Amino acid sequence: MRLPFVLAMALRESRSSWRRLGFYAGSITLGVAALVAINAFRADVNSTIHRASRALLGADLELHTRYGFPESVRAVLDSASGAGTPVSFVTRFSSMALAERSGLTRLVQVRAVAGAYPYYGDIVTDPPGLWPRLGIDRIALADPAVLVELDAHIGDTLRLGQASFVVAGVITSVPGDVGLGAAIRPRIYIPEAHLVETELLQFGSFAWYQAYLQLTGADEAEGFIAAHETLLDSAQVGTTTAGEREEDLSRGLDNFARFLSLIGLSALLLGGIGIASGVHVFVKRKLETVAVLRCLGATQRTVFGVYLLQALVMGFLGAAAGVALGLGVQASLPALLADFLPLEVTPALHLGPILTGLAVGVWVAVIFGLLPLLTIRDVTPLEALRRPFDGPKPRRDVVRFAVYGALAVSVVGLSLSQAPRWQAGLAFAVAIAVTAAVLWLVAWSLTRATRRFFPRRAPYVLRQGIANLFRPHNQTVTVTLTVGFGVFVLGAVHLVERNLLDQLAIDARPDRPNFVVFDIQQDQREGVKELIEERGYTVSELTPIVPARVAGVNGRTVEDLLADTTDARPARWALRREYRHTYRDTLTSSEELVEGKWWDELDEERSGEEAPERVARISVEEGVATELQVTVGDHITWNVQGVLLETQITSLREVNWARFEPNFFVIFEPGVLDDAPQIFVTLTRVEDETRRAELQRDLVRRYANISALDLSLVQDTIDTLLGKITLAVRFMALFSIAAGMIVLVGAIATSRFQRVRESVLLKTLGGRARQVTQVLATEYLALGTLAGLTGTLLAAIAGWALMVFFFELTFRLPIVPLLGLAAAAAVVTLLVGLLTSRDVARRAPLAVLREMAE
Amino acid sequence: MIVAEDLEQTYMSGGRPLTVLADIDLEVESHGFVAIVGPSGSGKTTLLGLLAGLDRPTTGRVWLDGEELGPMSEDERARLRAEKVGFVFQTFQLIPTLTALENVLVPVELNPGRTGDGVHAVERARELLARVGLAERAHHYPAQLSGGEQQRVALARAFANDPKILFADEPTGNLDAETGHAVIDLLVALNTEARTTLVLVTHDQELAQRAHHIVRLAGGRLVSDGPAGVP
Repeated sequence: MRLPFVLAMALRESRSSWRRLGFYAGSITLGVAALVAINAFRADVNSTIHRASRALLGADLELHTRYGFPESVRAVLDSASGAGTPVSFVTRFSSMALAERSGLTRLVQVRAVAGAYPYYGDIVTDPPGLWPRLGIDRIALADPAVLVELDAHIGDTLRLGQASFVVAGVITSVPGDVGLGAAIRPRIYIPEAHLVETELLQFGSFAWYQAYLQLTGADEAEGFIAAHETLLDSAQVGTTTAGEREEDLSRGLDNFARFLSLIGLSALLLGGIGIASGVHVFVKRKLETVAVLRCLGATQRTVFGVYLLQALVMGFLGAAAGVALGLGVQASLPALLADFLPLEVTPALHLGPILTGLAVGVWVAVIFGLLPLLTIRDVTPLEALRRPFDGPKPRRDVVRFAVYGALAVSVVGLSLSQAPRWQAGLAFAVAIAVTAAVLWLVAWSLTRATRRFFPRRAPYVLRQGIANLFRPHNQTVTVTLTVGFGVFVLGAVHLVERNLLDQLAIDARPDRPNFVVFDIQQDQREGVKELIEERGYTVSELTPIVPARVAGVNGRTVEDLLADTTDARPARWALRREYRHTYRDTLTSSEELVEGKWWDELDEERSGEEAPERVARISVEEGVATELQVTVGDHITWNVQGVLLETQITSLREVNWARFEPNFFVIFEPGVLDDAPQIFVTLTRVEDETRRAELQRDLVRRYANISALDLSLVQDTIDTLLGKITLAVRFMALFSIAAGMIVLVGAIATSRFQRVRESVLLKTLGGRARQVTQVLATEYLALGTLAGLTGTLLAAIAGWALMVFFFELTFRLPIVPLLGLAAAAAVVTLLVGLLTSRDVARRAPLAVLREMAE
Repeated sequence: MIVAEDLEQTYMSGGRPLTVLADIDLEVESHGFVAIVGPSGSGKTTLLGLLAGLDRPTTGRVWLDGEELGPMSEDERARLRAEKVGFVFQTFQLIPTLTALENVLVPVELNPGRTGDGVHAVERARELLARVGLAERAHHYPAQLSGGEQQRVALARAFANDPKILFADEPTGNLDAETGHAVIDLLVALNTEARTTLVLVTHDQELAQRAHHIVRLAGGRLVSDGPAGVP
């Protein structure tokens, strides 16, 4: 290869083609921008989290338990405190807050604080500097959302249970807390010294007890855990070090960011298709030049080098523009994702994502451009003398197959590098490959089918339009791939979003309950029932709840099972969690028996037999049964507030958790738990929102410990959460759509030359501008419709696969929106097609003929 | 300078073999001027392509300046063309993205060893452009030149690498008679000056008469091979 010649020639060639090449380069710009933005943002988040590692926890070590610290653990903490280690306590639980002045109530998260927590990072208040007063004065600090929803102001009195607190200010930032959490369950901080006065922590209350220790660092934290491991384990006290907290947060955010970057990657791959089609057309127009150069004595390699170099520079420029754009977008991501972030993230310049973006951009441009570039090798010098009818025949040699291989490896590699898990990356790559293959196949079949079943009797413009689909230099494959791919990405995102929203939508039929009252103590049952019925609402049967923990499974104790390090043991969370059992003699409408028999059937079988001494019978939800590795016939020993109770599983149930009903992992047969200490929950339906608020207020006024929840609030929370996620996903999908549009415009623009020639001939022979437009419209409408329908169909398959295999939920196909999407694709293709080629129909033949001669 | 022995060229067309050239034996002397004439489709361009090593014959052998083309690889033949061969085409075949000067420079840059350094190459290209009367048009693109001017640039390019052999394929085919004459005058003059062997394909009998030697083809076969002036 003659390098100086290659350089000089590439430079001279690109002088006239920079505008066209620049357009192709633009195809990858958006994809690179998406990747750079999301990867730089990941780096921002990781470095912020790492820098503020201790502030995220507020301490070096956190101990937590659901049951209050037992004396043994307290003693350890006391002695640490005595030895000079600062120790703070925080108790968190949900409760109703009532604003005295407005009379409004709201379910909030109460955090009672004792000690100098947090030791690292600052809890920022407005007015500033109020946090230290929490330990001294009887005040409350609340999230702004609490005040807004309770129509309360700073200085108002809030009632929590039996105690009242003056709201001294609002919390504006808590390091380590994700903003979304506060939006779902707004926080109220109170001094722990006054917690008892609230009388909120009664039997059965769901609370987290946390102790925070300030140590010299990670080593001392690890040392503390190691020294007290046995004690903490047996007391069911969990630990979190600052490092673990950092890791958890990083991992969670990283996974989310990686999912977003997969969507960004689809924009880049779409750009790759744009590059390939651009280079294809570019090379086609250069075949004559290539042949002349070969005639003049340039070797295959030299000529190939001239064009490869141009593709390389084009890729670099496109990628560089993408990096610049990506850095701009990076700055806007913290605002977009603020609700998912535990800390304020300030965008910084990271070299890694920039270099990766450049490299990936250039690589994608080259690897996608390489296939059409290979055609250059097949141009013989003879073609300078005599042009063949349909261009050189592509050589099917080792190099071509190696490029195919490299392309496949690149797509898989890129997917794996961006995906949160290798399975997801592989699935993504396969989905992309299948989509591209199917779209290509459909386009190919279209050219075949229209040629074969050509409508010979159709009107002239229709025939011309359809013939354009299969004529030499047609754009069928490129447009179908581009439009179809864009529709696929959009459709799949929409389907998943729609299905998630549908399934997480709480059953809102007019006869369903929409108001739940929980934490009802045994002696409050009648009073609560009366209070609700007095107002004319129907109360469902009060459902008893008995808290219990697993003590053993099939004769092995929990301690023994937890110590088992093999994979064969039940899931840790299933062994350690606090279960809330109920007992009843019937199944509810949201349950279905999947294995074993219900009590009545078992009793019938036994009738006549003498009642044997037997263990209590339980029915277990199939999911948790899998986690506990138990099935019908197995035994579970429960610790019901200190009393050990042996049970046997007689059935497994499938539970529809999305139904707004009290559902349970474990149901006992009646008669076993009747006398155990228990709390109750009940449901009712109150039509009017104001009436619900009133009922809530009245309940809280009379029974301060009781919590009530308005269904619409739960729905709002779910909608908010999904809304935020969808916004982020859509933002990234926007890159794909925009990239798709660029590629589409590019594809149509590149075939413009061909179209101009044809329509000028048509016009020279007497065709009217309208007829030329109609010919083009027929072609684009046919292409858009086909690509739209195919993309939609593929999106439906991908959406189904995602819902069923990834989210493990059912899938519903919303036909109308999908058809709308397909129709929109057809219309957009038609419009872009006509707009891009509008001067084709409009211009005078002579001007175009001159331009072509040039 | 050029020897062809028993050349035959067969293409597959519509699944059937189509013989476009057969039984061609030919010898062109150094500094000679040979015209290949014949009606359309008689195989003139095919023969030119084979003699210049642009294509491989189905059977037969070709020697160019003593080197046999048959055993050479594509790249070796490209090197041979770069060193020894110049081309003039019916459709001029200037590279549209390069200026006149850059077009003339292409063969020189492809073969830098022969023509010295870059400065020298540019000087020589300018001289050639001046020789064909286009010194003022050096920085014009092909699209800014008339057909005759384009073909003159092509002539300058053809002589840029001091070729031993020049192949011209209907060089006046796309020009009016007057311009065509001027171009041929120039071609012949340059050929004489550079003492190049010239192989010219044409169906213009008058033009053929200016050659030393005329090869007549019909239906892919040689019908006569003799000095000009003999019908």
